[in-house]
Amino acid sequence: MSALNSLPILLIVLPVAAAIAILLGAAPKKTALLATAANLLLTLWLVFGYDQAAAGYQFTSATLLAPEWKLSFALGVDGLSLLLLLLTALVAFAAVWIAPRPEKLERYPSLYYACLLFIVAGATGAFASLDLFFFYAFHELALIPTFLLIGIWGSGDRITAAWKITIYLALGSFVLLIGLLALYLSLPADVRTFSIPGLQALALQGGVIPQTPWIYLTLLLGFGILISLFPFHTWAPQAYASAPAPAAMLHAGVLKKFGLYGLLRVALPLMPQAAQHWTNLLLCLLVGNILYVGLVTIAQKRLDTMLGYSSVMHMGYIFLGIAAFNPLGLTGAAMLLFAHGLSIAALFAIAGVVRERTGSLEFAKLGGLAKPMPFLGFTFGLAAFAAIGLPGFANFASELPIFFGAFSHAGKGLAFSNFQAAGIVALWGVVISAVYMLRGYRAAFMGEAPKRWAALPDLCGCLRPPILLLLAVLLITGFRPQLLIHLVTPTIKAVLAVPAP
Amino acid sequence: MQNLPWIILFTPLLSAVLIVLFTQRWRNLSALISIAAVFVSAAASIVLFRTLPDSTTAFQLPWLDFSALGIGFQVPIGITIDGLSKAMLLVVTCIGALIHLYSWAYMADDEGKSRYFAGLSFFMFSMLGIVFANNFLMMFIFWELVGVSSFILIGHWFYRPAPPAAANKAFICNRLGDFGFMLGILLVWTATQSVDFEVIKAKLPELAANPAFLPFATAAAICLFCGTVGKSAQFPLHVWLPDAMEGPTPVSALIHAATMVAAGVYMLVRVYFIISISPAAMEVIAVIGTITAVLAALMATQQDDIKRVLAYSTLSQLGYMVMAVGVASRDGAMFHLFTHAFFKALLFLGAGSVILACHHEQNIWKMGGLWKKQPITLLTFAAATLALMGVYGFSGFYSKDAILIAASEHHPWIFYAGLFTAFLTAFYMTRLFVVVFFGKARTEAAGHAHESPAVMLIPLVLLAIPSVVAGYHGVIANFLPTPAHEAASNVPYIASGLGLLGIALGFLLYRGQEKDPIRIPLLANKFYFDEFYALLIWNTQDLLARISGFIDRWILDTALVRGLSSGTWGFGFALRFIQCGNLQAYALLFGAGVVALFYFILFYK
Repeated sequence: MSALNSLPILLIVLPVAAAIAILLGAAPKKTALLATAANLLLTLWLVFGYDQAAAGYQFTSATLLAPEWKLSFALGVDGLSLLLLLLTALVAFAAVWIAPRPEKLERYPSLYYACLLFIVAGATGAFASLDLFFFYAFHELALIPTFLLIGIWGSGDRITAAWKITIYLALGSFVLLIGLLALYLSLPADVRTFSIPGLQALALQGGVIPQTPWIYLTLLLGFGILISLFPFHTWAPQAYASAPAPAAMLHAGVLKKFGLYGLLRVALPLMPQAAQHWTNLLLCLLVGNILYVGLVTIAQKRLDTMLGYSSVMHMGYIFLGIAAFNPLGLTGAAMLLFAHGLSIAALFAIAGVVRERTGSLEFAKLGGLAKPMPFLGFTFGLAAFAAIGLPGFANFASELPIFFGAFSHAGKGLAFSNFQAAGIVALWGVVISAVYMLRGYRAAFMGEAPKRWAALPDLCGCLRPPILLLLAVLLITGFRPQLLIHLVTPTIKAVLAVPAP
Repeated sequence: MQNLPWIILFTPLLSAVLIVLFTQRWRNLSALISIAAVFVSAAASIVLFRTLPDSTTAFQLPWLDFSALGIGFQVPIGITIDGLSKAMLLVVTCIGALIHLYSWAYMADDEGKSRYFAGLSFFMFSMLGIVFANNFLMMFIFWELVGVSSFILIGHWFYRPAPPAAANKAFICNRLGDFGFMLGILLVWTATQSVDFEVIKAKLPELAANPAFLPFATAAAICLFCGTVGKSAQFPLHVWLPDAMEGPTPVSALIHAATMVAAGVYMLVRVYFIISISPAAMEVIAVIGTITAVLAALMATQQDDIKRVLAYSTLSQLGYMVMAVGVASRDGAMFHLFTHAFFKALLFLGAGSVILACHHEQNIWKMGGLWKKQPITLLTFAAATLALMGVYGFSGFYSKDAILIAASEHHPWIFYAGLFTAFLTAFYMTRLFVVVFFGKARTEAAGHAHESPAVMLIPLVLLAIPSVVAGYHGVIANFLPTPAHEAASNVPYIASGLGLLGIALGFLLYRGQEKDPIRIPLLANKFYFDEFYALLIWNTQDLLARISGFIDRWILDTALVRGLSSGTWGFGFALRFIQCGNLQAYALLFGAGVVALFYFILFYK
């Protein structure tokens, strides 16, 4: 085991150490920024150090904790987890940078920054874990600081919002826990393991993992609730509207992707046949995500809830790629995980800055903000167009394979298959998303500015880099989507390699 | 030579990036960069036109490639070089160059000049991508990008109320069309497993041999045509183009007259090998084009805004081109696209010269008597007007006749509608011309008008030349295949007769008038399409949105969530903590509880 293999551990330890240092009195923003910057650099090192030719899990390390249960603290990365670690590191760095200076926070500035760092550590741990127990536990760890951030530093009806997200995610986690345990217990006693690579090896043998439909359904619902799958989505918009901007960025951009990562990492590769049982159900629910939630988004009267609902809506596209369960669909879904995370983080970051200046995000009170604040107007426009799938941004390059993946399931004769029908709804969703995003953009940034906003200052130069960073990565990967495809191809191949019984 | 297409395509993009990143503060420098870029593109286009042989595969950059996953799904940025793209290339870059130059003077004092020129450069990049595209998805990519550059430029004066509304309307109408376009691409892909034009072309004959393929082909062709309906503003999505006149006038000339709106026609010609399989789809295309041509010409007769008259005229002429494709005359469609690009750009630039002279007045009834004050504008505008009317000797005459002859061979009603449109065109253009240039100055601004600066007049003069000569056989044959002209046809005589009738009627009615002697509210209000659509959207999409919003808020959220939370699992204990405000304590307990639960179930089973 070379020293490089401990890089993933370092990625988790760094933010935790920084958080403890901040709680003990270190300068909050500087320390946090330093830790997240180091994390970003280390993640890049991992990405470039990853041997594409060899594929599989690399930089692995394992410490056996309970031999009789084959439970070990195992970390390691492959292309898919690297993609999510990179997303985590980028959004974390941007979120900490855009976070208000400690002296501007009314309450416990140290705790605020420590919470952000704990979310980062939790998300990193979840994405780097190769063991189901820690995969689950790290996600739980990240939820606690999220509740605190909304409950203590949120705006509006923050207590209700914190309460709702708490109940909902606890419920989702609990259902997920039942599913994971049921999966574990359904294995023959001699091969039971928590190790994700071990489980995947079992799946590759074929026939060892029982393909029990209800276990997959439990996993799907558990993960689904965490991803705001329709109709379990109502926690998300209010939570994001109330959350301080960095928390919304980290949760909507990164932490929420845990559920989708879980589907791609655990549920689908281990139970592909069981997954087929629920394809039609998933198609119905994702149509709810796209069409119904899309319409709800149009009806929103505030910028923050509109963004929250739009993020729920776009989960439908990722679900469509997962439901399609073919190379195009799955690759598109994995790419969209990354692209959506960056674009929604940029949007929440800008919305947060606007709220700080205007005190409100109600469309009725906004208008014409691009005149006094051209930078924010311009970057919000870019991020909004990225989110609604404009070519040039990674979101478009990800949605395209999803559509083609869904359409690969040909119907009989001239009739559309269920996949194609869902694909057509998803295409219509592209129109819906243009309607709400452009309406929102116009209501907030265009038109005649009310006099009281005329003197608002634009974002200062020192806070511009995080927003520009997110947009730049979206553009780079949009122009060269091959960078993302290349990274996730071996994982997608492995997911699809599981034989039929 | 080997980099020529890339130079043409990427120089404008480079210019846009440079302006956005570095030169926003120096407005004149931004303008210079953008103008230099478009001239580089135009010069390279001329070299390309003269030197490069036809090819569809010589220039490729990879974009999406799934071959590593064993899927033959590849989307390159690939360059098509053939007669069609070469002709379109010259139209786009040369007219683009002149309009950039004109903008230098027109936008001289605009505080958003850098943004404007960045948008213009970005538009050039996007439009050239459409021209070059060798596969459906590349065309779709740039199709969307011209949409967004149009959005940016229509909304240039975003701090006024009307332009952002118009920009949104344009983008959303285009997205509606693109819904169909993308669906069409997906349908073609399911049949051929390819998005590459050449590959599809090779596979189609075999597929078309099966009669069961015909309904599929019809569906795919009509879906693809939806893209044209959005981009070329055909009925029923025509409503966005007149509103797009809220953008600066050079933008109207370049994007909403000469190039982008013609992209829909260009696309139809490019994929003609698909749509021509289905006679039913061709019929739909011909009918939609005809309806647009007639409706728009009728609406044009009662508009008072100089730019809106021209916008409706553009709609009507685009209808002509689409109709030409529908009656199987793609040569006629491209011919008219080619001539129309010059004279319509000239008309808009002339209108810009008039508008500037009258201190940003656009109402034709507040102009008048400009012939003495703006002689060069008058002469060039007259050349373009005569070309648009299809008067013998001017370019429009030849291209319009090519379409009308094809229509007369196809179906009499389409032909009659085409003739009626020709008559209306002559009538409304005479009205416009007489009211703007002749009679007395009706306002003080018009009285003090003076000729525009040379930077604006040079493009006018340079565009006037092709507006006259572009239709001559000796000229057009260098660029495009011309439709075979039947010497015996009497169509030109009928059309010219009707044109003269329209001119005469226009003169008689409008000479010396102080206000419009005819008022037809139905036409002046554009057949109430906008009002109807507003009502439709309010009663469908917005109604559904409100209902969904209500369900989400009061049923899914309140009833379900609250019911669930208070009813089950003793989560009430958590509530107590929150209600006493001690969230931290709760969170800690929660985390600890989950871990304990996990441990308990596993180890003490």
